[in-house]
Parts: sequence; C-alpha cells; structure tokens
Amino acid sequence: MRLTDTQRLFAPKRGSINSVSGLFRSLNIDGPLLGGLLLICVFGLFVLYSAAGENSRLIINQAVRLGVALVGMLVVAQLPPDFLRRWTPWAYVAGLLLLILVLTKGDVGQGARRWLDVGVRFQPSEAMKLAVPMMTAWFLHDRQIPPKFSHLAIIAVLIAVPTYLIAKQPDLGTSLLIAASGIIVIMLAGMSFKIIFGMGVLAIPGALAVWHFMLDYQKQRVLTLFNPDSDPLGAGYNIIQSKIAIGSGGLFGKGWTNGSQAHLEFLPERHTDFIFAVLGEEFGLFGVLSLLALYAFVIGRGLYIAVQAHDTYSRLLAGSISLTFLVYVFVNTAMVTGLVPVVGVPLPLVSFGGTSMVTLLAGFGILMSIHSHRKLLPH
Amino acid sequence: MRLLSPIKDHHSERRLFIGRVIIASVFSVILLGLVIARLVQLQVFDHELFAEKSQGNRVRIEAVPPIRGLVFDRKGRVLAENLPAYQLELIPEQVDDIDDTLNRLAAIKLVDVDDIPRIKELSLSGQQFKPVTLKFRLTDEEIANFAIQRPRFPGVDFQPRLVRHYPHGALFAHAVGYVGALNTSDMQRLDSARYAGTSHTGKTGVESSFEDRLHGDAGFRHLITNARGRHVAANTTELLDSLPADEAAAPGSNIYLSIDLDLQKVASNALEGRRGAVVAIDPRNGEILAMVSAPSFDPNLFAVGMSTAEYAGLQNNPDRPLFNRAVRGTYPPGSTIKPMLALAALETGATNLTRKSVCIGYFQLEGNEHRYRDWKREGHGPVDLHDAISQSCDVYFYEISGELGIDNMHEYLTRFGLGAATGIDVHGERPGLVPSREWKRRNFSDRDNQRWYNGETVIASIGQGFMLVTPLQLASVVATLSSRGDRYRPHLVAAVEDPLSGQREIIEPEWLGNVTIGNEFYWDNVLEAMHDVMQGPRGSARAVGRGAPYQMAGKSGTAQVVSIAQDEEYDEEELEERQRDHALFISFAPFDDPQIAVAVIVENGSSGSGVAAPIAKAVMDEYLGYGDDAAN
Repeated sequence: MRLTDTQRLFAPKRGSINSVSGLFRSLNIDGPLLGGLLLICVFGLFVLYSAAGENSRLIINQAVRLGVALVGMLVVAQLPPDFLRRWTPWAYVAGLLLLILVLTKGDVGQGARRWLDVGVRFQPSEAMKLAVPMMTAWFLHDRQIPPKFSHLAIIAVLIAVPTYLIAKQPDLGTSLLIAASGIIVIMLAGMSFKIIFGMGVLAIPGALAVWHFMLDYQKQRVLTLFNPDSDPLGAGYNIIQSKIAIGSGGLFGKGWTNGSQAHLEFLPERHTDFIFAVLGEEFGLFGVLSLLALYAFVIGRGLYIAVQAHDTYSRLLAGSISLTFLVYVFVNTAMVTGLVPVVGVPLPLVSFGGTSMVTLLAGFGILMSIHSHRKLLPH
Repeated sequence: MRLLSPIKDHHSERRLFIGRVIIASVFSVILLGLVIARLVQLQVFDHELFAEKSQGNRVRIEAVPPIRGLVFDRKGRVLAENLPAYQLELIPEQVDDIDDTLNRLAAIKLVDVDDIPRIKELSLSGQQFKPVTLKFRLTDEEIANFAIQRPRFPGVDFQPRLVRHYPHGALFAHAVGYVGALNTSDMQRLDSARYAGTSHTGKTGVESSFEDRLHGDAGFRHLITNARGRHVAANTTELLDSLPADEAAAPGSNIYLSIDLDLQKVASNALEGRRGAVVAIDPRNGEILAMVSAPSFDPNLFAVGMSTAEYAGLQNNPDRPLFNRAVRGTYPPGSTIKPMLALAALETGATNLTRKSVCIGYFQLEGNEHRYRDWKREGHGPVDLHDAISQSCDVYFYEISGELGIDNMHEYLTRFGLGAATGIDVHGERPGLVPSREWKRRNFSDRDNQRWYNGETVIASIGQGFMLVTPLQLASVVATLSSRGDRYRPHLVAAVEDPLSGQREIIEPEWLGNVTIGNEFYWDNVLEAMHDVMQGPRGSARAVGRGAPYQMAGKSGTAQVVSIAQDEEYDEEELEERQRDHALFISFAPFDDPQIAVAVIVENGSSGSGVAAPIAKAVMDEYLGYGDDAAN
C-alpha cells in the first residue's frame, strides 16, 4: 500500500512516548545532533552577550529567533525525505524566481540588493543555501553514480545560475558558499578525481576571472589579507584588531565580559562576523577549542547520518549539509584569524542574526528527518 | 532505454559514498587543524606580543596638570587662586572634520567665530591627544545646552578644570599679572613634558616671572580608552588591574608678595580716574609695598578668555590699561632728581652749602639770548641749596649745572641706579635714560646732533631733556636717598612656599652697595631740605605735609610733555588735556626712621606737589597706621 505524502506525515510513529529517546523518536529528533546544536547555541548566546556589550535586549531578541529556528527545525524534521525530494525542483525554481525578483525589485541594504520585503524582510539567497544542494541531490538521485560527464554539465548549470544571480546582488560570500554546497554534492557522488583535478587547474584562470569581476572593496580585502599592516586603520584594521583580540586571550582568556578589545570597541563587527575573536579573547584557546570540538561533533554526527542514509538523495543531501556547515565554520574562523580574506560569513549559530540561523537549523532538521525516516531496506 | 531506469548498485554506491565521506572527513580535519594551528600560534606562541598590543590599544597616558601655586600678599591674603569651572575641550585626534565641528559649535554660540583660526592653529600644533580648550568657564546654561547636543560633536566634551581667579580683579592686574591660554609660541618655549596637561601660562607680572615656581610638574595617569580614544570608566577591576602606576602631579609653589593688600587699595583708590603709577618700597630691604598702574583692567578676562572684540577694546583704549606704567612707563623726572644732583654738586664741589643764587625767574648762558625759565615767573629771590630743593628753584640748578657738568650728572645719577633696569623680579622693565656725551654720540646720526651742548646740560639739571625714568626707578631712588645711599634691589616676591611641606623660602634682600657720598653732612642737608619740602615753612608741598602726625620728606617734580609719547591719535578735545605736564612726587617717611619710600606719577597731572604729593601722602599714612584719621 502506498500512503500519500500527507498521510505519511501524520502516520503514527514507532516507539513509546514514555522515555526521552522514545519521545525524540516519535518527534523525529536526533538526540546527539540536537544536544550538540543546543550546546553551540547556548555557548553562542553567552559569547554574544559579552560581544554585544552586555545588551540583554539583543540577547533576548537572538534567543527568540533561536527558538523560532529550533521550532522550524523540528517542523522540517517531520517532513520525510521522499516528500522533500518530490518538492525539490519546485523549491529550486521558486528560489530562482525570487532571486530574479530581488535583483529587479529588492531592497538595498549595505550597498547590496539582497532583501525582499513581502510582509517580512528576508534574503532569498538564504533559501538557496538549501535549495541548491537539494536540487543537485535530486538530479543525481535517479541517475547513475558516479555521474556521467553530461550530467555534470547539467549540474554545473544548476549550480551556476543561482551562484551568478547571488553574486550579482552583490554577495560574493554567499554565492561562493552556495556553489560550494552544490559542488560538495557532486564530489560526494563520486565525481572522478580526474575531473576534480581538472577543475582545480581550471580554477586558476577562473580565479583570475573572478578577480577581474570583483569590486574594489573585495579586491582590497584580498590584498589586505596578505599584508594587513599596509593599511592598519583602513582595510587591515579588522584583521589586526581581531588577531590582537585572539592572541591576547592566551590559553584561558581574559574572562567573560572582560575582553578589552571587544568592550573598548577596538574590534569591529564584534557581535556579528568577528564574534569568534571575542570568544578567543575572553575564553582563550581553551574556549575556542571547546567550540570547535562542538562543531566537529555536529559535523561528524551529520556525516554519520549521511553514511547511514538509505537512498542517494538523502545521503548526498545529508553529506552536503554537514560539509557546508564545516565550510561555514572554516571560512569564518580562518577569516577571523587572518588565514583567508575577510568575506562576510557569520560564525554559524553564534553570530548575531536570524536568517542564517533559520536556514542552518532547517538543514539540520533535514538531517534529523533523513535519520529518523530511514527505511529498513533499500527499495 | 529511457524507460529502463538504470539499475543502481546500492552496495557499490554506498561504498563509493563512504569512501568520499572519509576523504571529506580527512579534508575537514585538515581544515580545522589549520585553524587550530593558527589559534595555537596566536594564543600560545605570539600571546605576549598580542597581549602587549592589546594593552597598548586600550591604555592611554594622560597628563595631569599640576595645581598652580597661589599668590598671597605679605599678610597671607589671597591675590590669585584656582577655582573649579567647566570648560569645553576638543581632542583633535577624535574629530573628523575640525572646520565643520567648529562652525557648528559657533552656530550654537559655544565658540566665538573670531576664535576659530586660533583654535585651528592650536589643534594642529599640539601634542597628541592633548585637548584644546574651546571655551573657558562654561555657564550652567551652556553646559546644559552642550550636554543635549553632545552626540553631534564627537571629540568635544566639557571637563572640570581649575581656572585661575584673581579675587581683587584690576587691583593687582599689573603686579601679579595674569595667566592666559597657551599659544603656539608658548608651546615652543616651554618644556612640553612639564606642560603636558596645562592650558594656561603666566603672561605678565609675577605670574610670568615666577612661572617656573608657580607651575609645578605635570603628573601622569593611565586611562582606559576605547577605540575612539575616549576615556571609559572601567566597570571591572580586571581592566584596571594591569595598569602601570600613575604619577601624581607636583603642585606649584605658593608665592608671597611683599605687597600689602590694604596699601595697594589705598594707592589704587588715590589714583582713581587718573593715568599714572604709584610704587612704594621699603627702603630697608627693597621690598615693594605697593605697585599700581592706572588705569587697570580685570585680569580674570585673560584667565577665562575673552572675545577678540573685548581684547581689541583693551588694546586700543587710548588710556592703555594693559600698559604697566610702574615698570614700563618712562617719564622725564623733572625736579625729582634735584636732591641727587645736589649731592653730586656738593660732592664734586660744584656748589657748597652756603652758596646763594639770586633767582630772577630765568637763567641765560653766557653769550646766548635764550632764557631758561624757572617755573616761578617772578623768581625765588636769593636761595641757597636748601631753598633750591625745598622751594624747587630751577635757576639755582641752572647756575651750578655748568660747573657740575653732564659727565658728573651722568656719573652720580647712574650711581643711584637711574638709566638702568632695577632688576625687579617681573619682566618687561624699561631702563629709562640718563644722557651722556657718549650716549649722544652713539644715538644720533648727524654730526651736529652728536655733540653735547651746554644748553642740554642746563635743562638736564632740572630733569628735562633726554632724561627718562620709570616710576619704579624713582621709588628706588627715593628709597636710596632715605637710607643715605644704601641701595637694595626692588622685589615683589618675599617668600616662596612649598604647598606640601609648608616650608617657606624667604627671598633675602639684595644689597647693591652704597652711593658713597663722602660727607654725612651733605646727606643731612639734602634730606633736611626734602623734609622742608613737605613740612618746612616755604616747602613746595607744605600744604600736603602740614599737620601730619609724623615727619616726612619729599620732592615734587613736573615734567613737560615734550611730545605725545605714543602713536595714538587723540581727539581734538583731549589734545589739550594730554599736553599738560606730568605730575611727579617722591617721598619717604618717617623722616628719622624711614620705613616707606613712595614715588607717584600722574600723567598730565600738571602739579607734582598739588596732584601727586597727596597720593604719596595717602599711601604713607596708610602704611604708618594713620590711614583713616589722616584722610579726614
């Protein structure tokens, strides 16, 4: 018997509601993943409280968004992967339309056209962070793995179109992350190393092309990375001050709310993109390693779920969501410590801001759904 | 083909996927490892470097200005003090656009538009993070007004500061002087470390000459500042803990003047409405007891800061209130030099005590028709030296001038200290002038004028011609006369006090030697003649000395205003008044035990004995304790 999607949504779950694990199972929650995420979020709120100058209203604001995002995660966790897969192309197309709408009618903020105001202001590019890997996984679900070259070409188009539209806003950071989330899917799908290597070679002229299209402030960010002291009060200021903050934190930090770099406002963007530096200053190496360990645990759990998944779509999507999360963590921490240029990527689940949190936790909701809706046998 | 969905080998697909996940995990570990390695580098190996940078970031060293020493009169009454007041300050480093900020402040009347160039100049030349004062002593209203608008003016704030205050206002404007805002030339001259937090410096008077003692030494404190350099109150001890120790400012020394406040008031009141100066000296040690220059001004205007218009008003006032006549005004001494010339004439044998002249109202040089007139047209009749001094007969001195000669005149007047600065402990003193053949030779260009003429000797004998003295010099000279030749350097500062220990360093009188006159008898006669000026039956100032409860001596002088001394353009109406003779008077008392010597000059006062003498008498009365009675 085949149940309709709707019927399946409300189908009774196995397990008893009496035990915690039973409750989790009936709600399609993955305990370890939820635990790891909650620890990160709580830790993040503590750091944010200090980074935002002990502004409790801002913390409440963030906590409310976090609550909303967690509810969103739980709702997504109830949607079975098959249901998600079936709706994937529609979601993707809708996302593309919204991106086009943003470019023509969007609100301008911070020099870029990223927001769309339909009752609530939101960034369609955020939705694409999930829609692109979903679409890529959807495309590969019914096709041969490893993918054939012609399929790869189609996937390249599926990734390139939203990437281009977002880059035009301009939002280089997000567009590169979205491209990465799609590319991760095809790499996990077994794209041959020859092609990966070939792409690496092609990346050099590609990088030159990107450089050519970059705006001046973006170029400046790259140049500043290599020599932040060349312009200590201008473009290099962020990196210099964040390195001072982290370095002066030492092993155990200056103590919560005692970071002079953050509290005396030397550190710019301290409650958003550079919050990792506040953590490093106030909690030291001990603190940053703790957070990185939590991230590693969540990513590891995500990859475990991917490996356990029972169909192509699920495992590719789960793998991509987990590894993209890693990319976020890496790009932000590497940027704050001066390893990569400053691109506007927040520290996931810790930086102040609501939209990215909703998308991230929705992604983890998908992971939970994939894990709890495993079929016992491949079909 | 199309109908057949490709048969998927789930096991191999899963194996492939697991392989890829393992590769991805390795990559992930490498990426996280990179970040961790970087963190270890920053937080372990380079920790000290960054800890130092973070410290340097937040800690700013701010200079603490020392408290300026107070100025007291000889009885410990305050003449200059420091009062707390709010002032508006700007830290140039924290202001993005100085022009815009100043213009906007001017728009809400917190900065005077005329002041903007000066403020800009200061803000460009000052030390880093040294505040530039925009407005001194804000009113409550101005503070409230600015407090509302403060967010519009980053880098501008009001600060509590000590502002110099002179409780007696104009009374001591010339003696104590005033402090004014540091200007660029001050900053080049002064030790920048000592003045690191200072906004004012002494400009005139004792405030200027004792600047070094009054100022003190700047201290330093370490401030926690935010990224914009603004001081923030640390709310946690951890932020304060690692700060280096502060260094307290060393306050400036207190200064005790030898001036007596009451005497100064009397002198000032007596000069009220006149242009002139009064200087009173203790002949026993050179202490200045009163020093007044009139008209005066309120020195608080300089300490607080005034508008350019107010300053221009003071500068361009034809009465020149800013001009310290006591030490900078130079006047022909007139008859006041007669006692000294008498001593010189006796000593050199140019005359003797019994020689008599018949004064017929004028004197002529041999072979010359020019009449050198006595002030008394009808003449004094037969006069000896005593009469010539007490009645101030000019003809007697004209007659002996030829024998005395300009060389002797120059010699003896110089011995008394004329023609040279007295070396008083305030700046800006003028040396005056005692002419000589040598002086004429050097100061005139054409040959005719380089010669010394006999006629010039004649008029020099009654203190006219080229001769110039300051009121201070006259006071010093009469002090020397009263003490029979003992000269002391005049000084305003009697003691310097360490404000912390209370220890006082007494300024010892400086004896400059004796004007040696061989015969004491000469002194007796000349001083007796000066006594009779005031209290003799025919004395020129007997009206002033009559009935006084103590014995006194004096000598009047009347100096012709040869030409208008300054370049001001006078009104037609005022011209006449300003061409009247200057009135001079020197005196000392008590006659037998001189304790005070006074010199008075009243510009265009016409009569030395009539106008200047009563002023001198009032000062002596007050000092000798007859102040109120004698006034009635």
